[in-house]
Amino acid sequence: MSKTFTLDGKTIPFKDGQTIIQAALDAGYYIPHLCHHPEFKPHGSCKLCTVVVSGHQTASCTLQPAEGMVVESETEQLNAERRALTQMLFVEGNHFCPSCEKSGDCQLQATAYHLGMMTTHYDHFFPNRPLDASHDDYLLDLNRCILCSLCVRASRDVDGKNVFALAGRGAQTHLIVNARSGRLADTDFSATDKAAHVCPVGVILPKKRGFAVPIGERTFDKQPIDAYVDSRLARKES
Amino acid sequence: MAQEKLKIATVSLAGCFGCHMSFLDIDERLFELIEHVEFDRSPLTDIKEIGQCSIGLIEGGLCNAENVHVLRNFRRHCKVLVAVGACAINGGLPAQRNPIPLAAILEEVYHTNPGLHNGVIPNDPELPLPLNKVHPIHEVVTVDYFIPGCPPSADTIWEVLTALLAGRQPVLGHALLHYD
Repeated sequence: MSKTFTLDGKTIPFKDGQTIIQAALDAGYYIPHLCHHPEFKPHGSCKLCTVVVSGHQTASCTLQPAEGMVVESETEQLNAERRALTQMLFVEGNHFCPSCEKSGDCQLQATAYHLGMMTTHYDHFFPNRPLDASHDDYLLDLNRCILCSLCVRASRDVDGKNVFALAGRGAQTHLIVNARSGRLADTDFSATDKAAHVCPVGVILPKKRGFAVPIGERTFDKQPIDAYVDSRLARKES
Repeated sequence: MAQEKLKIATVSLAGCFGCHMSFLDIDERLFELIEHVEFDRSPLTDIKEIGQCSIGLIEGGLCNAENVHVLRNFRRHCKVLVAVGACAINGGLPAQRNPIPLAAILEEVYHTNPGLHNGVIPNDPELPLPLNKVHPIHEVVTVDYFIPGCPPSADTIWEVLTALLAGRQPVLGHALLHYD
């Protein structure tokens, strides 16, 4: 008999070593998340996957379940807090969906749809962030960075290159490129790197290809994000 | 006696009128709409001064002092204020100028680029002064409802309008909620 916990009343089986979100996604149950990626170690920074366990809020991407644990996720209170976090991510950067190549394929946008975000609510920072188009194949638009660190983890743990890092602290935290010049062209970053393919938003984008799939026919135009559970998970035969 | 019609006012601030065009895309549903409402100040009527209204639809963000004045006037005259489209909600395309200092933009347009206004930055008192940055409307007035999209589809606008007229909360499901 495998061990189980309950998530919003649904019985979820889990293996030792799995986190709550890993077991939930494996069981086909969506918990909103941005910095979590099924193939990577937890980072625990975005807090979108916060759930309530025994009356306490905790990130479901870092907590391992215990037998019989009772977990709540789809509550009005939690989704209101997730919506506020998402609104803060929108106002802290420059997220202009109509002119973004990632629109329709963007995890941030799709999560905001799921949470029914109708307005950014807070005052916009309108930060002045650089765009790095130095590399032949890829461009970096840091206006859209949500500091999920997926490119950092992919480059370090999979590609073995350490092309990206998060620098600064608190509100000054920002993504940097590991080169003396700070330019992507001066690193060994390549289009075949895992780091080139994990950005959940529109920061790391391939050049020389735009709007190959029209707006309206993209990943999250077809189905809402919760219907995929995680669009990056290998599709299971049902 | 026929029930008195609700009044609706609409305006495009720092927008492109695309949201108004999308609103007109409700097509023959306009006939159904005007059974229940009467248009007050709007580009559709060319009425310049707003009267007391039930619903105000605001397209576009705030890029100059006149936009702020018109928005505040709409807020004073409308029971329910609705932000329509990306620009009203987050500044949209006009807000792309925000990272660049205003002086540098005016310099580039009127001094550096050849052929514009004889190289003089326009300073007629009739011209509204540009704001330092373009702002979404919720940063200046309380906004009751938001319709995202660039533009929101006719169906999306129709859902919100019919909900408001029926006195229920608008619900934009997956098919109707888009930021692009």
